[in-house]
Amino acid sequence: MDQNFRLSDGGLINRDKKLSFKFNSKTYYGYEGDTLASALIANGVHLIGRSFKYHRPRGFFGAGVDEPYAIVQLYRNGETEPNIKATEQELFEGLEATSVNCWPSVNFDIGAINNFLKIFLPAGFYYKTFMWPKSFWYKVYEPFIRRAAGLGVASTKHDKERYEHKYEYCDLLIAGSGPSGLASAYAAAKNGARVILAEDKSRFGGTLLTSDVNIGNQTGKEWAEGIISELKEMPNVTVKNRSQVFGYYDHNMLVMSERISDHLPKTKKFHPKQRLWYIRAKEVLISSGSIERPIVFGNNDTPGVMLSSAAKEYLKVYGVLVGRNPLIFTNNDSGYETAIEFKKNGIDPIILDTRKDPQSEIVEEAKNLGINIKFSYVVVAAQGYKKVKSADIAKISNNKEQLGSVENIKCDCICVSGFWTPTIHLASQSGNKTKFNEDIDAFVPGTSKQNETTLGAANGSYTLDRTLKSSFETAYELSKKITNNDNKVSLPNIVEKKSTTHDKFWCVPLPKGKNYKRFLDFQNDVAVSDVEIALKEGYRSIEHVKRYTTLGMATDQGKTSNLNGLQLVSNIENKIVPNVGHTTFRPPYTPVSIGAIVGREVGKHSKPTRKSPMHTWHEKNNAIFVDAGVWLRPRYYKQGNENLFEGSKREAKNVRTNVGVCDVTTLGKIDIKGPDAAELLNRVYTNAWLKLPVGKARYGVMLREDGIVMDDGTTTRISENHYHMTTTTAQAANVLSHLEYYLQLVWPELNVNVVSTTEQWAGAAIAGPKSRDLLQKLFPKSDVSNEGLPFMGYIEGDLFGVKARIFRISFSGELAYEVNVESDNGNFMWEKIMEVGQEFKIEPYGTEALSTLRIEMGHVAGSELDGRTISYDNSLEGLLSKKKDFIGKRSLTREAFIAEDRQKVVGVVPLDKKTSIPEGSHLVKDSNAPLPNPKLGYISASCWSVEYDNPFSLAILKDGKNMIGEKLFVMSPLKNKVIPVEIVSSHYVDPKGERVRS
Amino acid sequence: MLHIKCPHCGMRSQNEFSYGGDATVKRPELNKEVSDQDWNNFVYNRKSLRGKHLELWQHLSGCRQWIKVERDTATHEIFRTFKANEDNS
Repeated sequence: MDQNFRLSDGGLINRDKKLSFKFNSKTYYGYEGDTLASALIANGVHLIGRSFKYHRPRGFFGAGVDEPYAIVQLYRNGETEPNIKATEQELFEGLEATSVNCWPSVNFDIGAINNFLKIFLPAGFYYKTFMWPKSFWYKVYEPFIRRAAGLGVASTKHDKERYEHKYEYCDLLIAGSGPSGLASAYAAAKNGARVILAEDKSRFGGTLLTSDVNIGNQTGKEWAEGIISELKEMPNVTVKNRSQVFGYYDHNMLVMSERISDHLPKTKKFHPKQRLWYIRAKEVLISSGSIERPIVFGNNDTPGVMLSSAAKEYLKVYGVLVGRNPLIFTNNDSGYETAIEFKKNGIDPIILDTRKDPQSEIVEEAKNLGINIKFSYVVVAAQGYKKVKSADIAKISNNKEQLGSVENIKCDCICVSGFWTPTIHLASQSGNKTKFNEDIDAFVPGTSKQNETTLGAANGSYTLDRTLKSSFETAYELSKKITNNDNKVSLPNIVEKKSTTHDKFWCVPLPKGKNYKRFLDFQNDVAVSDVEIALKEGYRSIEHVKRYTTLGMATDQGKTSNLNGLQLVSNIENKIVPNVGHTTFRPPYTPVSIGAIVGREVGKHSKPTRKSPMHTWHEKNNAIFVDAGVWLRPRYYKQGNENLFEGSKREAKNVRTNVGVCDVTTLGKIDIKGPDAAELLNRVYTNAWLKLPVGKARYGVMLREDGIVMDDGTTTRISENHYHMTTTTAQAANVLSHLEYYLQLVWPELNVNVVSTTEQWAGAAIAGPKSRDLLQKLFPKSDVSNEGLPFMGYIEGDLFGVKARIFRISFSGELAYEVNVESDNGNFMWEKIMEVGQEFKIEPYGTEALSTLRIEMGHVAGSELDGRTISYDNSLEGLLSKKKDFIGKRSLTREAFIAEDRQKVVGVVPLDKKTSIPEGSHLVKDSNAPLPNPKLGYISASCWSVEYDNPFSLAILKDGKNMIGEKLFVMSPLKNKVIPVEIVSSHYVDPKGERVRS
Repeated sequence: MLHIKCPHCGMRSQNEFSYGGDATVKRPELNKEVSDQDWNNFVYNRKSLRGKHLELWQHLSGCRQWIKVERDTATHEIFRTFKANEDNS
């Protein structure tokens, strides 16, 4: 049974290229140019999944983006993707797809029992059921809901595909390439405007591909092809198919997803899978067309019930019959077009028209072709479980309230047309105030908030003549406004069949004694009865009804359900639809893959990882890395089987006894130049800076205006008007912005320039008692004696031919230096230091040893300067100048900041000198006090003191000044620890700071 | 995403900028007596306006200049932009 429902010729598919594919493990064949949906229908497959709530069988309803339920799980090139519409997925060789939301199989689905339990799953069932007993939630209800609900499974694997972002500007963005899109693109392009024309489908032309019209003595399809090939040749035009403009944002920015490789078995080398376009358009023309809306009747979700426009598209584009015994159920002329296409292909359809006696060219043509038409007739219910087998039909009274006697007729599909709903999603997203158009029973765009115009069917214009005229005219006017050109193309001659008005009939009443489910929202399983219950229970606002019933939610965004839902609410409420109003249309219009949204911002921190110039050396020498913001820094250099604790202890000890070297490239560096540089520093830092001599460094603390410590670091006076500032790794960017803020906005009279030089310099800290000996060997020509280069001194030196800056500053508390060279020479510097340092037993040390060294010295860092502490808390109050003003000074008089028992940094040692103290633990007076136990402070940083060989921590403690010598308890409920401790000075090692000056 | 006209660089997307708050706040002069109330107003008190708002933005990934932007906080409409030292009256 190979493609039994494929016509012997016709359609736009490539019959020369046969493709094989698998659906639910069974192999089928289709042609190049098919969608998964058209290929399945060609093979007579109509059962594709199970519905969301009741697990009722689901088939195809549409032929494109309008499809509410033919959603599959796709397998392509070893990857899997959920939430793929079979009607949009183009067929490729080897495609594999499976049904979703069914278990164990689509043909026998256990969840379908929900269908018989449906009285228990009414509107708002999420809120009503599963509530009691509470203990059932995790073990019973949630797993059940998770298994029952959902439309596919997301892959847990890393996505190997590449996704790109692109920014683009244009004069006119045109969304949709149907008649109005093509006409407006052509008119604007000919008038010199920069145009982007986006088409969601693979083929351009929209309804021109399926409608029986004539433009300029060509068929609609030929005209469309001609226009597209001409546009593609124009340098001012970008034409994109498989590209969905899915969101309209502020300032005329629209986002479009371009599916570059999804239709191929495998992404081509160097190609992305998808590309997301951020487009700023001067003007936007929305030509997104309209979607046929269904008429509601009993069991209208049975596979085989579909939109009549979809049936026509399968016929004309794919050469596929959705059935051999079709029933057309319509309230307007569109259904006749589908019937006529069937008839032309040798199939005898039956038309049920809700209208009594419509008169138009199209109806006339159908009559002349001998099509069986029943006027004033409706489908009461579809019969058949997994596929339509017959239909219960009946005559309907003129007031559309009484049904005649019900008869059953055989059919294998029911093609429904309830007239057309303009696709106003983009317009609505742009802020457009939509209005209700009585003639078409639907909302159309009204007053624009941004530069957008909606054209053609999306604006409720359903004749080709009007659409083309207005599109040519609008695009010409807009492009003239932008380009000042005056090149007008003439309107071609248009021939189309005249149609007559539709019938405002949308829902078939239930026959006596029958309680058929009549679905409004096919994706979310919302039936007429659900909305009725919601209204009975007092929900009035359409937004509340939406949430309570799930009508119009999720990926479908009410494409086919919206208006029928509104009709129902307005009928019950005795209101007119415009007074009910519609719910908000949210982007994306149709699902967009997370990969496309994320683009290249993947991996750690979604940012590129920063590495120092010495990174390769660290890697080669067994460095174990740690994240420091976006930087990677060596945490310790592993020797043998050592762990972090052992390794960092060894490294720290070596600094205290011999000499160590640490990569400090990541520190923020800011170059400051100008005659007022000293004045700027004097205002930014809390201590005095006006008298710092050239060749000297000074430690400084800067505050925010609220008095909280912002950052600390050393700044060195390189020459008269030239300073080199360092910041912490984490605050580098903030400090630069902070300086720029004051220089540009607050004190523009200061003549100073600041620029980041973090990446220009590579830095190495050389620390330990033997560091001077090492330095002397590295810089034999420089005087690095205690007199030649005293503590906080600065000189420039020559490191084997490389210019270097040498600062005598110390974070470790040891005699120490920092050497900076230009980044390109960083690795050279590092290797020289290691080579020359051999005789002094040099070892590199990582951030863990660095922390240990600073903690036991009582040097505060990020864990104390955490954006909540002031200078006093960190024992930095000695650096608060009394003589001058500085940023944040005025805040320091706040009551809490000058409280007698203000918190202060202290040292903490466990009484047993053995138990490690977890960071973040609380300090309390009495470990047995009833909860809440008053907290006196918290542990900010912990280490194993290499000097005393016992644990040591820093803490921020209430009244810390008077607590030295007190015995307290450290409590960590997280680690289940209670540790008796003694409070000591935060300066645990070398409290007088003699080593750094030695 | 907003489209902001940097007075130095031209029209740029919002993601090149960072927001800097109310542009009408004036820092009290250095070395001058400031009352608690005035200092409090400078550091903490901001109006959360609906409508026209003069605010600071820094063109962080561009020229790094702080600029003033007159924007409607409800509609996002941007009326005018100014250089830091430009008169915005």
